[in-house]
Amino acid sequence: MPKITFIEHDGTQHTVDAEVGKSVMQAAMDNLVPGIDADCGGECSCATCHVMVNADWTGIVGEPNEAEDSMLDLNPERATNSRLSCQMTVSDNLDGLIVDLPEFQF
Amino acid sequence: MSEAPTLNMADFDPQDLALEDIDVSQRSIWIHDKKMSFFERLRNEAPVHYCKDSEYGPYWSVTRYKDIMEIDCNWQDFSSEPAITIVEPEEDFPLPMFIAMDPPVHDEQRKTVQGSVAPANLKLMEETIRSRTQQVLDDLPIREQFDWVDRVSIELTTQMLATLFDFPFEDRRKLTRWSDVATGDEESGIVESEEARQAELYECLEYFTRLWHEREEQGERNDLVSMLAQGEATKNMTPQEYLGNLILLIVGGNDTTRNSMTGGVWALNQNPGEYAKLRNNPGVIPNMVSEIIRWQTPLAHMRRIANKDYVIDGQTIKAGDKVIMWYLSGNRDERSIDRPNEFIIDRDKARQHLSFGFGVHRCMGNRLAEMQLRILWEEVQKRFHMIEVIGEPKLVPSNFVHGYTEMQVVLHSH
Repeated sequence: MPKITFIEHDGTQHTVDAEVGKSVMQAAMDNLVPGIDADCGGECSCATCHVMVNADWTGIVGEPNEAEDSMLDLNPERATNSRLSCQMTVSDNLDGLIVDLPEFQF
Repeated sequence: MSEAPTLNMADFDPQDLALEDIDVSQRSIWIHDKKMSFFERLRNEAPVHYCKDSEYGPYWSVTRYKDIMEIDCNWQDFSSEPAITIVEPEEDFPLPMFIAMDPPVHDEQRKTVQGSVAPANLKLMEETIRSRTQQVLDDLPIREQFDWVDRVSIELTTQMLATLFDFPFEDRRKLTRWSDVATGDEESGIVESEEARQAELYECLEYFTRLWHEREEQGERNDLVSMLAQGEATKNMTPQEYLGNLILLIVGGNDTTRNSMTGGVWALNQNPGEYAKLRNNPGVIPNMVSEIIRWQTPLAHMRRIANKDYVIDGQTIKAGDKVIMWYLSGNRDERSIDRPNEFIIDRDKARQHLSFGFGVHRCMGNRLAEMQLRILWEEVQKRFHMIEVIGEPKLVPSNFVHGYTEMQVVLHSH
Protein backbone atom coordinates (compact mmCIF):
# COMPACT_ATOMS: atom_id res chain seq x y z
CA MET A 1 0.00 0.00 0.00
CA PRO A 2 1.24 3.55 -0.72
CA LYS A 3 2.59 5.42 2.28
CA ILE A 4 1.52 8.98 3.06
CA THR A 5 3.13 11.22 5.66
CA PHE A 6 1.07 13.88 7.46
CA ILE A 7 3.07 16.48 9.38
CA GLU A 8 1.21 18.31 12.14
CA HIS A 9 1.75 22.02 12.74
CA ASP A 10 4.01 21.21 15.71
CA GLY A 11 6.18 18.95 13.55
CA THR A 12 4.76 15.58 14.68
CA GLN A 13 4.87 13.15 11.76
CA HIS A 14 2.39 10.39 11.01
CA THR A 15 3.26 7.96 8.22
CA VAL A 16 0.28 5.77 7.33
CA ASP A 17 -0.59 3.03 4.86
CA ALA A 18 -3.19 4.40 2.47
CA GLU A 19 -5.64 2.28 0.51
CA VAL A 20 -5.54 2.83 -3.27
CA GLY A 21 -8.77 4.39 -4.54
CA LYS A 22 -9.74 6.03 -1.25
CA SER A 23 -9.12 9.70 -0.56
CA VAL A 24 -6.08 11.07 1.25
CA MET A 25 -8.55 12.47 3.81
CA GLN A 26 -9.90 8.95 4.42
CA ALA A 27 -6.35 7.63 4.93
CA ALA A 28 -5.89 10.23 7.67
CA MET A 29 -9.25 9.44 9.29
CA ASP A 30 -8.72 5.64 9.11
CA ASN A 31 -5.39 6.05 10.89
CA LEU A 32 -6.62 8.60 13.48
CA VAL A 33 -4.27 11.35 12.30
CA PRO A 34 -5.21 14.45 14.33
CA GLY A 35 -5.79 17.81 12.65
CA ILE A 36 -8.27 16.84 9.95
CA ASP A 37 -11.95 17.33 10.78
CA ALA A 38 -13.72 16.35 7.53
CA ASP A 39 -17.03 17.76 8.74
CA CYS A 40 -18.84 17.02 5.48
CA GLY A 41 -17.52 13.46 5.23
CA GLY A 42 -15.67 13.97 1.96
CA GLU A 43 -18.09 15.91 -0.24
CA CYS A 44 -15.87 18.92 -0.99
CA SER A 45 -18.26 21.18 0.85
CA CYS A 46 -16.72 22.24 4.17
CA ALA A 47 -12.96 22.67 3.58
CA THR A 48 -12.05 21.16 6.97
CA CYS A 49 -9.63 18.60 5.49
CA HIS A 50 -7.23 21.30 4.31
CA VAL A 51 -3.58 20.24 3.76
CA MET A 52 -0.51 21.87 2.22
CA VAL A 53 1.28 19.66 -0.26
CA ASN A 54 5.07 19.29 0.11
CA ALA A 55 6.91 21.20 -2.63
CA ASP A 56 8.33 17.98 -4.17
CA TRP A 57 4.80 16.69 -4.70
CA THR A 58 2.77 19.64 -5.94
CA GLY A 59 3.41 18.79 -9.61
CA ILE A 60 2.36 15.16 -9.08
CA VAL A 61 -0.88 15.79 -7.16
CA GLY A 62 -1.89 18.64 -9.47
CA GLU A 63 -4.14 21.65 -9.03
CA PRO A 64 -7.45 21.83 -7.12
CA ASN A 65 -10.59 21.21 -9.17
CA GLU A 66 -13.13 24.00 -9.63
CA ALA A 67 -15.41 23.15 -6.71
CA GLU A 68 -12.41 22.60 -4.46
CA ASP A 69 -10.94 25.92 -5.51
CA SER A 70 -14.08 27.81 -4.50
CA MET A 71 -14.11 26.11 -1.09
CA LEU A 72 -10.40 26.75 -0.50
CA ASP A 73 -10.98 30.36 -1.39
CA LEU A 74 -13.09 30.79 1.74
CA ASN A 75 -10.02 30.22 3.89
CA PRO A 76 -7.95 33.36 4.56
CA GLU A 77 -5.05 31.07 5.45
CA ARG A 78 -5.01 29.41 2.02
CA ALA A 79 -1.49 28.87 0.57
CA THR A 80 -0.41 28.27 -3.03
CA ASN A 81 0.06 24.57 -2.25
CA SER A 82 -3.28 24.16 -0.42
CA ARG A 83 -5.53 21.24 -1.32
CA LEU A 84 -8.55 19.56 0.20
CA SER A 85 -7.43 16.05 1.05
CA CYS A 86 -10.89 14.61 0.30
CA GLN A 87 -10.34 15.57 -3.35
CA MET A 88 -7.02 13.72 -3.70
CA THR A 89 -7.33 10.02 -4.56
CA VAL A 90 -4.66 7.63 -3.31
CA SER A 91 -2.77 5.83 -6.10
CA ASP A 92 0.61 4.14 -6.44
CA ASN A 93 1.89 7.42 -7.89
CA LEU A 94 1.35 9.03 -4.50
CA ASP A 95 3.51 6.51 -2.60
CA GLY A 96 5.71 8.64 -0.34
CA LEU A 97 3.47 11.74 -0.50
CA ILE A 98 4.14 14.31 2.24
CA VAL A 99 1.55 16.90 3.30
CA ASP A 100 1.60 19.52 6.05
CA LEU A 101 -1.44 20.10 8.23
CA PRO A 102 -2.52 23.66 9.10
CA GLU A 103 -2.48 24.78 12.72
CA PHE A 104 -6.29 24.99 12.61
CA GLN A 105 -8.99 23.88 10.22
CA PHE A 106 -11.49 26.63 9.30
CA MET B 1 -52.52 34.10 2.00
CA SER B 2 -55.19 32.29 0.03
CA GLU B 3 -58.94 32.80 0.38
CA ALA B 4 -59.53 29.18 1.35
CA PRO B 5 -59.67 28.46 5.08
CA THR B 6 -56.29 27.33 6.32
CA LEU B 7 -55.95 24.14 8.31
CA ASN B 8 -54.34 24.70 11.67
CA MET B 9 -51.54 22.13 11.57
CA ALA B 10 -51.12 22.06 15.34
CA ASP B 11 -54.66 20.62 15.71
CA PHE B 12 -53.68 17.47 13.80
CA ASP B 13 -51.54 14.43 14.12
CA PRO B 14 -49.37 14.61 10.98
CA GLN B 15 -50.50 11.07 10.02
CA ASP B 16 -54.12 12.25 9.83
CA LEU B 17 -53.45 14.88 7.16
CA ALA B 18 -53.16 14.35 3.42
CA LEU B 19 -49.54 14.89 2.42
CA GLU B 20 -50.54 17.70 0.10
CA ASP B 21 -52.16 19.60 2.97
CA ILE B 22 -49.06 19.63 5.14
CA ASP B 23 -47.41 23.01 5.65
CA VAL B 24 -44.38 22.71 7.94
CA SER B 25 -43.75 26.44 7.81
CA GLN B 26 -46.96 27.16 9.72
CA ARG B 27 -46.17 28.95 12.92
CA SER B 28 -48.62 26.95 15.05
CA ILE B 29 -46.51 23.78 14.95
CA TRP B 30 -43.43 25.76 15.98
CA ILE B 31 -45.21 27.54 18.84
CA HIS B 32 -46.62 24.23 20.12
CA ASP B 33 -43.39 22.34 19.41
CA LYS B 34 -45.00 19.77 17.13
CA LYS B 35 -42.75 20.28 14.11
CA MET B 36 -40.55 17.23 14.62
CA SER B 37 -43.39 14.75 14.00
CA PHE B 38 -44.36 16.61 10.81
CA PHE B 39 -40.78 16.48 9.56
CA GLU B 40 -40.58 12.78 10.35
CA ARG B 41 -43.60 12.11 8.14
CA LEU B 42 -42.15 14.16 5.28
CA ARG B 43 -38.75 12.45 5.54
CA ASN B 44 -40.41 9.05 5.35
CA GLU B 45 -43.09 9.67 2.77
CA ALA B 46 -42.32 12.84 0.82
CA PRO B 47 -38.69 13.87 1.32
CA VAL B 48 -38.99 16.52 -1.40
CA HIS B 49 -42.45 17.91 -0.69
CA TYR B 50 -44.45 20.62 -2.40
CA CYS B 51 -46.68 22.90 -0.34
CA LYS B 52 -48.91 24.69 -2.81
CA ASP B 53 -49.99 27.45 -0.47
CA SER B 54 -48.70 28.99 2.73
CA GLU B 55 -48.31 32.31 4.48
CA TYR B 56 -45.17 32.65 2.36
CA GLY B 57 -46.59 31.37 -0.93
CA PRO B 58 -45.82 27.99 -2.49
CA TYR B 59 -42.55 26.27 -1.57
CA TRP B 60 -40.72 22.95 -1.62
CA SER B 61 -39.50 21.33 1.60
CA VAL B 62 -36.32 19.25 1.51
CA THR B 63 -36.05 17.23 4.71
CA ARG B 64 -33.41 14.49 4.30
CA TYR B 65 -29.75 15.08 5.20
CA LYS B 66 -28.25 14.00 1.88
CA ASP B 67 -30.76 15.91 -0.26
CA ILE B 68 -30.15 19.07 1.77
CA MET B 69 -26.42 18.66 1.28
CA GLU B 70 -26.88 18.19 -2.48
CA ILE B 71 -28.82 21.43 -2.81
CA ASP B 72 -26.73 23.42 -0.34
CA CYS B 73 -23.56 22.62 -2.29
CA ASN B 74 -25.05 23.43 -5.69
CA TRP B 75 -25.00 27.24 -5.84
CA GLN B 76 -25.00 27.09 -9.65
CA ASP B 77 -28.51 25.59 -9.79
CA PHE B 78 -29.90 27.00 -6.54
CA SER B 79 -29.59 30.73 -5.97
CA SER B 80 -29.40 32.35 -2.54
CA GLU B 81 -30.79 35.59 -3.96
CA PRO B 82 -32.64 37.67 -2.93
CA ALA B 83 -33.05 36.24 0.60
CA ILE B 84 -32.17 33.14 2.61
CA THR B 85 -35.30 32.68 4.74
CA ILE B 86 -38.78 31.58 3.72
CA VAL B 87 -40.13 35.12 4.19
CA GLU B 88 -40.25 37.22 1.01
CA PRO B 89 -38.19 40.40 1.38
CA GLU B 90 -40.16 43.67 1.66
CA GLU B 91 -40.14 45.27 -1.79
CA ASP B 92 -39.63 48.76 -0.43
CA PHE B 93 -37.04 47.63 2.12
CA PRO B 94 -34.52 45.35 0.44
CA LEU B 95 -31.62 44.21 2.61
CA PRO B 96 -28.82 42.97 0.38
CA MET B 97 -26.26 40.92 2.32
CA PHE B 98 -23.56 38.58 1.14
CA ILE B 99 -25.19 35.42 2.46
CA ALA B 100 -28.06 36.25 0.07
CA MET B 101 -25.79 36.76 -2.94
CA ASP B 102 -24.32 34.25 -5.35
CA PRO B 103 -20.68 34.01 -6.41
CA PRO B 104 -18.69 35.99 -7.45
CA VAL B 105 -20.00 39.04 -5.48
CA HIS B 106 -20.68 36.84 -2.45
CA ASP B 107 -17.10 35.61 -2.39
CA GLU B 108 -15.59 39.09 -2.62
CA GLN B 109 -17.66 40.52 0.22
CA ARG B 110 -17.26 37.48 2.43
CA LYS B 111 -13.51 37.49 2.00
CA THR B 112 -13.43 41.07 3.27
CA VAL B 113 -14.69 40.09 6.71
CA GLN B 114 -13.99 36.39 7.23
CA GLY B 115 -10.48 37.00 8.56
CA SER B 116 -12.02 38.43 11.74
CA VAL B 117 -13.25 34.97 12.73
CA ALA B 118 -10.48 32.89 11.16
CA PRO B 119 -8.56 30.59 13.50
CA ALA B 120 -5.44 32.76 13.84
CA ASN B 121 -7.58 35.64 15.12
CA LEU B 122 -9.59 33.35 17.38
CA LYS B 123 -6.45 32.26 19.15
CA LEU B 124 -5.84 35.91 20.05
CA MET B 125 -9.39 36.25 21.40
CA GLU B 126 -9.51 33.07 23.48
CA GLU B 127 -8.24 34.56 26.74
CA THR B 128 -10.60 37.55 26.52
CA ILE B 129 -13.54 35.23 25.93
CA ARG B 130 -12.52 33.04 28.84
CA SER B 131 -12.11 35.86 31.34
CA ARG B 132 -15.47 37.38 30.35
CA THR B 133 -17.15 34.01 30.65
CA GLN B 134 -15.63 33.58 34.11
CA GLN B 135 -16.90 37.03 35.12
CA VAL B 136 -20.45 36.36 33.92
CA LEU B 137 -20.58 32.97 35.67
CA ASP B 138 -19.04 34.29 38.90
CA ASP B 139 -21.75 36.96 39.12
CA LEU B 140 -24.59 34.40 39.01
CA PRO B 141 -26.59 33.59 42.15
CA ILE B 142 -26.41 30.09 43.66
CA ARG B 143 -29.63 28.28 44.74
CA GLU B 144 -31.72 31.16 43.48
CA GLN B 145 -33.86 31.10 40.35
CA PHE B 146 -32.90 33.29 37.36
CA ASP B 147 -33.24 33.43 33.56
CA TRP B 148 -30.27 31.70 31.91
CA VAL B 149 -31.15 33.19 28.51
CA ASP B 150 -30.84 36.77 29.71
CA ARG B 151 -28.03 36.45 32.24
CA VAL B 152 -25.75 34.08 30.35
CA SER B 153 -26.66 33.29 26.73
CA ILE B 154 -27.57 36.83 25.66
CA GLU B 155 -24.92 38.46 27.79
CA LEU B 156 -22.04 36.34 26.48
CA THR B 157 -23.00 36.46 22.81
CA THR B 158 -23.67 40.19 22.96
CA GLN B 159 -20.30 40.89 24.59
CA MET B 160 -18.66 38.85 21.84
CA LEU B 161 -20.43 40.79 19.10
CA ALA B 162 -19.53 44.11 20.69
CA THR B 163 -15.89 43.02 20.62
CA LEU B 164 -16.00 41.90 16.98
CA PHE B 165 -17.53 45.23 15.91
CA ASP B 166 -15.54 47.20 18.48
CA PHE B 167 -18.97 48.53 19.41
CA PRO B 168 -19.37 50.82 22.47
CA PHE B 169 -19.57 48.26 25.24
CA GLU B 170 -22.15 50.07 27.38
CA ASP B 171 -24.56 50.14 24.43
CA ARG B 172 -24.14 46.46 23.62
CA ARG B 173 -27.75 45.44 24.36
CA LYS B 174 -28.74 47.50 21.34
CA LEU B 175 -27.11 44.74 19.29
CA THR B 176 -29.32 42.14 20.97
CA ARG B 177 -32.40 44.22 20.23
CA TRP B 178 -31.47 44.79 16.58
CA SER B 179 -30.85 41.08 16.16
CA ASP B 180 -34.31 40.26 17.53
CA VAL B 181 -35.94 42.97 15.44
CA ALA B 182 -34.23 41.81 12.26
CA THR B 183 -35.71 38.30 12.49
CA GLY B 184 -38.95 39.24 14.26
CA ASP B 185 -42.32 40.48 13.02
CA GLU B 186 -45.70 41.59 14.36
CA GLU B 187 -46.91 38.06 14.99
CA SER B 188 -43.86 37.16 17.03
CA GLY B 189 -44.64 40.11 19.31
CA ILE B 190 -41.16 41.59 18.95
CA VAL B 191 -42.30 44.67 17.02
CA GLU B 192 -45.70 46.33 16.65
CA SER B 193 -45.66 46.71 12.89
CA GLU B 194 -43.45 46.40 9.83
CA GLU B 195 -43.03 50.21 9.93
CA ALA B 196 -41.82 50.03 13.52
CA ARG B 197 -39.41 47.26 12.55
CA GLN B 198 -37.93 49.29 9.73
CA ALA B 199 -37.64 52.38 11.92
CA GLU B 200 -35.60 50.43 14.47
CA LEU B 201 -33.37 49.00 11.77
CA TYR B 202 -32.74 52.53 10.48
CA GLU B 203 -31.60 53.46 13.98
CA CYS B 204 -29.17 50.58 13.72
CA LEU B 205 -27.91 51.89 10.38
CA GLU B 206 -27.56 55.42 11.75
CA TYR B 207 -25.55 54.24 14.74
CA PHE B 208 -23.26 52.11 12.61
CA THR B 209 -22.87 54.84 9.99
CA ARG B 210 -21.35 57.00 12.70
CA LEU B 211 -18.88 54.24 13.51
CA TRP B 212 -18.15 53.79 9.77
CA HIS B 213 -17.23 57.46 9.36
CA GLU B 214 -15.02 57.38 12.44
CA ARG B 215 -13.17 54.36 11.16
CA GLU B 216 -12.84 54.72 7.42
CA GLU B 217 -9.88 57.04 7.91
CA GLN B 218 -8.36 55.42 10.99
CA GLY B 219 -5.92 53.07 9.33
CA GLU B 220 -5.95 49.30 9.52
CA ARG B 221 -7.91 47.83 12.42
CA ASN B 222 -9.37 44.38 12.61
CA ASP B 223 -12.90 45.09 13.81
CA LEU B 224 -15.73 44.29 11.41
CA VAL B 225 -16.80 47.90 10.86
CA SER B 226 -13.29 48.95 9.82
CA MET B 227 -12.98 45.90 7.59
CA LEU B 228 -16.21 46.83 5.79
CA ALA B 229 -15.37 50.54 5.60
CA GLN B 230 -11.91 49.90 4.19
CA GLY B 231 -12.36 46.69 2.16
CA GLU B 232 -12.18 47.05 -1.63
CA ALA B 233 -15.29 44.91 -2.15
CA THR B 234 -17.36 46.69 0.50
CA LYS B 235 -16.22 50.32 0.87
CA ASN B 236 -18.65 51.54 -1.81
CA MET B 237 -21.70 49.70 -0.51
CA THR B 238 -25.03 51.52 -0.48
CA PRO B 239 -26.43 52.29 3.00
CA GLN B 240 -29.04 49.55 2.52
CA GLU B 241 -26.31 47.05 1.65
CA TYR B 242 -24.31 48.12 4.71
CA LEU B 243 -27.41 47.58 6.86
CA GLY B 244 -28.02 44.19 5.24
CA ASN B 245 -24.50 43.01 5.95
CA LEU B 246 -24.59 44.37 9.51
CA ILE B 247 -27.77 42.43 10.15
CA LEU B 248 -26.19 39.32 8.70
CA LEU B 249 -23.22 39.62 11.04
CA ILE B 250 -25.35 40.57 14.06
CA VAL B 251 -27.90 37.79 13.61
CA GLY B 252 -25.21 35.32 12.55
CA GLY B 253 -23.23 35.93 15.72
CA ASN B 254 -26.10 36.37 18.09
CA ASP B 255 -29.24 34.27 17.65
CA THR B 256 -27.26 31.18 16.82
CA THR B 257 -24.71 30.80 19.60
CA ARG B 258 -27.16 32.26 22.10
CA ASN B 259 -29.63 29.46 21.49
CA SER B 260 -26.98 26.74 21.54
CA MET B 261 -25.84 28.10 24.92
CA THR B 262 -29.37 27.63 26.22
CA GLY B 263 -30.14 24.46 24.27
CA GLY B 264 -27.18 22.59 25.73
CA VAL B 265 -28.38 23.16 29.29
CA TRP B 266 -31.88 22.03 28.35
CA ALA B 267 -30.63 18.91 26.55
CA LEU B 268 -28.47 17.87 29.52
CA ASN B 269 -31.44 18.33 31.87
CA GLN B 270 -33.57 16.07 29.72
CA ASN B 271 -30.76 13.49 29.58
CA PRO B 272 -29.37 13.07 33.12
CA GLY B 273 -27.24 10.13 31.97
CA GLU B 274 -25.42 12.43 29.57
CA TYR B 275 -24.99 15.04 32.31
CA ALA B 276 -23.33 12.33 34.43
CA LYS B 277 -21.00 11.48 31.53
CA LEU B 278 -19.97 15.13 31.32
CA ARG B 279 -19.22 15.30 35.06
CA ASN B 280 -17.07 12.19 34.85
CA ASN B 281 -15.21 13.28 31.72
CA PRO B 282 -14.83 17.00 30.98
CA GLY B 283 -12.60 15.98 28.05
CA VAL B 284 -15.78 15.20 26.15
CA ILE B 285 -16.67 18.92 25.94
CA PRO B 286 -15.43 19.61 22.37
CA ASN B 287 -17.42 16.63 21.09
CA MET B 288 -20.43 17.65 23.19
CA VAL B 289 -20.32 21.13 21.66
CA SER B 290 -20.82 19.65 18.19
CA GLU B 291 -23.64 17.47 19.49
CA ILE B 292 -25.34 20.48 21.09
CA ILE B 293 -25.12 22.40 17.82
CA ARG B 294 -26.67 19.45 15.94
CA TRP B 295 -29.34 18.81 18.56
CA GLN B 296 -30.34 22.47 18.76
CA THR B 297 -29.92 23.45 15.07
CA PRO B 298 -30.34 27.13 15.98
CA LEU B 299 -31.28 28.12 12.45
CA ALA B 300 -34.03 25.73 11.35
CA HIS B 301 -33.86 26.40 7.62
CA MET B 302 -32.24 28.16 4.67
CA ARG B 303 -33.97 29.00 1.42
CA ARG B 304 -32.93 28.83 -2.25
CA ILE B 305 -34.55 29.60 -5.61
CA ALA B 306 -34.05 27.03 -8.39
CA ASN B 307 -32.25 28.49 -11.42
CA LYS B 308 -33.46 25.67 -13.68
CA ASP B 309 -35.71 22.60 -13.60
CA TYR B 310 -34.05 20.10 -11.25
CA VAL B 311 -35.00 16.51 -10.51
CA ILE B 312 -34.41 15.19 -7.00
CA ASP B 313 -35.97 12.12 -5.34
CA GLY B 314 -38.33 11.76 -8.31
CA GLN B 315 -39.73 15.28 -7.94
CA THR B 316 -39.16 18.04 -10.49
CA ILE B 317 -38.43 21.39 -8.90
CA LYS B 318 -39.23 24.02 -11.55
CA ALA B 319 -37.01 26.98 -12.37
CA GLY B 320 -38.06 29.87 -10.13
CA ASP B 321 -39.51 27.67 -7.37
CA LYS B 322 -38.72 28.40 -3.75
CA VAL B 323 -36.87 25.58 -1.98
CA ILE B 324 -36.56 25.34 1.81
CA MET B 325 -33.78 23.17 3.20
CA TRP B 326 -34.91 22.18 6.69
CA TYR B 327 -31.61 21.73 8.54
CA LEU B 328 -33.53 20.86 11.70
CA SER B 329 -35.09 17.89 9.91
CA GLY B 330 -31.87 16.78 8.19
CA ASN B 331 -30.17 16.71 11.58
CA ARG B 332 -32.82 14.17 12.71
CA ASP B 333 -32.52 11.95 9.62
CA GLU B 334 -31.81 8.37 10.67
CA ARG B 335 -30.61 7.59 7.13
CA SER B 336 -27.50 9.69 7.83
CA ILE B 337 -27.26 9.98 11.62
CA ASP B 338 -27.30 7.10 14.07
CA ARG B 339 -30.08 7.41 16.72
CA PRO B 340 -30.72 11.01 15.61
CA ASN B 341 -33.38 11.81 18.20
CA GLU B 342 -31.05 11.03 21.06
CA PHE B 343 -28.67 13.54 22.61
CA ILE B 344 -25.35 11.67 22.93
CA ILE B 345 -22.45 13.86 24.04
CA ASP B 346 -19.76 11.34 23.08
CA ARG B 347 -21.39 10.54 19.73
CA ASP B 348 -19.18 9.23 16.94
CA LYS B 349 -18.71 11.69 14.04
CA ALA B 350 -20.48 14.44 15.99
CA ARG B 351 -19.04 17.08 13.66
CA GLN B 352 -21.06 15.71 10.75
CA HIS B 353 -24.21 17.81 11.08
CA LEU B 354 -26.03 20.38 8.95
CA SER B 355 -26.29 23.27 11.39
CA PHE B 356 -23.52 25.31 9.73
CA GLY B 357 -24.69 24.51 6.20
CA PHE B 358 -22.32 23.27 3.51
CA GLY B 359 -20.78 24.76 0.38
CA VAL B 360 -19.74 28.34 -0.28
CA HIS B 361 -22.28 29.76 2.20
CA ARG B 362 -21.11 27.58 5.09
CA CYS B 363 -21.21 29.45 8.38
CA MET B 364 -18.25 31.80 8.59
CA GLY B 365 -18.28 31.96 12.40
CA ASN B 366 -18.48 28.24 13.06
CA ARG B 367 -15.09 28.01 14.77
CA LEU B 368 -15.82 31.03 16.94
CA ALA B 369 -19.17 29.55 17.97
CA GLU B 370 -17.54 26.26 18.90
CA MET B 371 -14.88 28.05 20.90
CA GLN B 372 -17.42 30.18 22.80
CA LEU B 373 -19.43 27.08 23.69
CA ARG B 374 -16.36 25.05 24.64
CA ILE B 375 -15.12 27.78 26.99
CA LEU B 376 -18.57 28.22 28.51
CA TRP B 377 -18.85 24.52 29.36
CA GLU B 378 -15.25 24.28 30.63
CA GLU B 379 -15.92 27.15 33.02
CA VAL B 380 -19.38 25.88 33.98
CA GLN B 381 -17.99 22.47 34.91
CA LYS B 382 -15.32 24.05 37.12
CA ARG B 383 -18.01 25.87 39.09
CA PHE B 384 -21.31 24.04 39.21
CA HIS B 385 -22.48 20.52 39.92
CA MET B 386 -25.67 21.17 38.01
CA ILE B 387 -27.61 23.84 36.18
CA GLU B 388 -31.15 22.75 37.00
CA VAL B 389 -33.85 23.89 34.58
CA ILE B 390 -37.08 24.91 36.33
CA GLY B 391 -40.19 24.18 34.28
CA GLU B 392 -39.85 24.33 30.51
CA PRO B 393 -38.04 27.01 28.51
CA LYS B 394 -40.13 29.40 26.38
CA LEU B 395 -39.64 28.97 22.64
CA VAL B 396 -39.05 31.69 20.04
CA PRO B 397 -42.25 31.65 17.90
CA SER B 398 -40.37 31.29 14.62
CA ASN B 399 -39.73 28.70 11.92
CA PHE B 400 -36.28 30.22 11.31
CA VAL B 401 -34.67 31.04 14.65
CA HIS B 402 -34.97 27.79 16.61
CA GLY B 403 -34.39 28.94 20.14
CA TYR B 404 -35.55 30.22 23.48
CA THR B 405 -36.78 33.51 24.88
CA GLU B 406 -36.52 32.43 28.51
CA MET B 407 -35.27 29.51 30.58
CA GLN B 408 -35.44 29.62 34.36
CA VAL B 409 -32.66 27.76 36.15
CA VAL B 410 -31.17 27.20 39.59
CA LEU B 411 -27.46 26.61 40.04
CA HIS B 412 -26.06 23.95 42.37
CA SER B 413 -22.42 24.26 43.32
CA HIS B 414 -20.07 21.28 43.73
